[in-house]
Amino acid sequence: MSSTKPKIAFFDFAGCEGCQLTVLDSLQTHTELLNAVEIVQFREAMSEINEDYQVAFIEGSYTRPSDEVRLQAIRDQAQIVVALGACAHLGGVNAVRNAHRLEEVKSYVYGEKAEVYESSSALPISDFIQVDAFIPGCPIDREEFVRAVKSLLQGNSPDIPDYPVCVECKLRETGCVFLYGKTCLGPITRAGCGAICPSFGVGCEGCRGLIPNPNMASLREVLSENGLDEMSIRAKMGLFLTNQIAASDMEA
Amino acid sequence: MSQTLQVDVHHITRVEGHGNIVVDVRKGKLVKCDLEIVEAPRFFEAMLLGQPYDQASHLTSRICGICAVTHATTSLRAVEKALGVEPSEQTKRLRKLNLFGEILDSHILHVCMLVAPDLLGVESVISLAKTDILVVERALRMKKVAGDLCGVIGGRHTHPITMTVGGFTHFPSAEALESLCERLEAMRTDLDDTVELIQSCQLPAFERETEFIALHEEGEYCFIDGEITSTEGGLWPLEEYRSITNEHMVDHSTAKHARHQRQSFMVGALARYKLNNDKLHPKAQAAATALGLTPDCVNPYMISVAQVVEIVHCTEGAIDLIQQILDQGIVSEDPAPALRSSGEGVGACEAPRGTLYHHYEIQDGLVSAANCVIPTAQNLANIEADMRTLVPQQLDCTQEEMTMSLEMLVRAYDPCISCSAHMINVKCI
Repeated sequence: MSSTKPKIAFFDFAGCEGCQLTVLDSLQTHTELLNAVEIVQFREAMSEINEDYQVAFIEGSYTRPSDEVRLQAIRDQAQIVVALGACAHLGGVNAVRNAHRLEEVKSYVYGEKAEVYESSSALPISDFIQVDAFIPGCPIDREEFVRAVKSLLQGNSPDIPDYPVCVECKLRETGCVFLYGKTCLGPITRAGCGAICPSFGVGCEGCRGLIPNPNMASLREVLSENGLDEMSIRAKMGLFLTNQIAASDMEA
Repeated sequence: MSQTLQVDVHHITRVEGHGNIVVDVRKGKLVKCDLEIVEAPRFFEAMLLGQPYDQASHLTSRICGICAVTHATTSLRAVEKALGVEPSEQTKRLRKLNLFGEILDSHILHVCMLVAPDLLGVESVISLAKTDILVVERALRMKKVAGDLCGVIGGRHTHPITMTVGGFTHFPSAEALESLCERLEAMRTDLDDTVELIQSCQLPAFERETEFIALHEEGEYCFIDGEITSTEGGLWPLEEYRSITNEHMVDHSTAKHARHQRQSFMVGALARYKLNNDKLHPKAQAAATALGLTPDCVNPYMISVAQVVEIVHCTEGAIDLIQQILDQGIVSEDPAPALRSSGEGVGACEAPRGTLYHHYEIQDGLVSAANCVIPTAQNLANIEADMRTLVPQQLDCTQEEMTMSLEMLVRAYDPCISCSAHMINVKCI
């Protein structure tokens, strides 16, 4: 690696900024990262602003046409663009609204002032610009973030698993939550979180997105056998997967 | 100076979310003085419609990465009141402990990493690491304890996993709690040093009378449930929150409030301190005295000082709570059951930045109506009123000085703009 440190910038679109906070947390325990890079922009934590950067981490979803200009400007500058967290990667929980009519959503929240606000469907940033890597999750996993940054600095793509969460439950010997009368999206969801939610007694919410070729029909059947009606299945899958399910239904 | 001045701070830094400060002074006359919220709207209330009641807290914790525990707790209380769920004493203690962890984490981040750079004359915590590494290391050390506290109770620091309607899905081990308790006790030296650091800093001497609102409960410094109280007097049940909050939100330049004389109010650490200081832990009382904070304080820059006092209170409170939980013995209990599948309820908690309300109607297990009132949304009118008082007092300043004092003012409120992005109208006309 050259003697000059790579310059890194963080950007935020529509989201809760929890992933940026997780980045700050990661830096608490991995100060070696601060020695390896130069952070030139991180609005939530610092006032300094420098538009000269090579790696851009983008948190948050696209939610309005004016976002496209900002996304494109980041793409034009950065050699590597990374989608940070579920909102940038999938549209995140913001996409729950995509299942409703936008006009109804706007008037429910803003009443007569609905038209003041620019808004459209909540979408992943990869619908608008080329994304070189993604770090999934809501929020991102700290250790996975650290590993991903190290891979990127070495010129490699981050190693993000494409097997389901169920594999990690088996590895850590967590009892299947279905056996305890709960429901779970683990069979169709990308692993890498260490199956954290099932390990705390809660079924997977799907925040890391679908694995390649998920068996949706089979999971729907299992959820239904475990007492969820069609509305509940849709709500459960819709929390993080609205956009991906809409896309896979279109293909089907 | 010419008394013509323009301040245009695009995307204020070191705050949560996107906001702009726009000030226009022409020939000594204040033409415009706005805090614009430019965060993309996220429509959480509409997203709640049709959600199964037990998914609501998991969705709404995603409103904010900093106050996720408070959103989850408030959401659970709204659902529980709607469906007649009565949580156990252990659940109440664990929730309070988790909330203390979040208040600590948020206040330490705000005071020691976002505000301290202003007081110590550097641009950010990154610069501060070069000029005064001990201050940064201390902040990180305390923040780690707070984050780990949330992790032990909620399963994860950001977006709690274990909190559910009626209780918890997982319980911390006695060993984990004992270890946390030791770390919290060891944190007292860092707390003393933090109080000393803030004691040595000069905060701007700006005052403006306004109304202060917080939750209130007999016998304790209230963070969850209770009733609503005000420095103007009065006590209201949570269900009447709309009469306190709504009229202030819309077109505040002409708003008239039926109950309160003033046109805006403040929520958050300073409001809580003013209204509930007699119930603070003695060590927090001592910190307030050392820092010169008194109940008659009306200086918004002192919010950071009130946060330091609350850091002491929540650390001591967390130590006491852990002792109580350990003394009782941790029970792996099932969540308390719902008595019905339809109903209406209002939940309220004190988030790091002030009173948070969630109000839901539930029909056959699904959310059929939702309203969330966010602390920063309540504070925005008050921040602008402060700005409009401050700017005419400082017309002799340079543009840089004016920008600095306005940025510091906005930052003192610790605005959480992602949370408040469903504001109705923040522009002054």
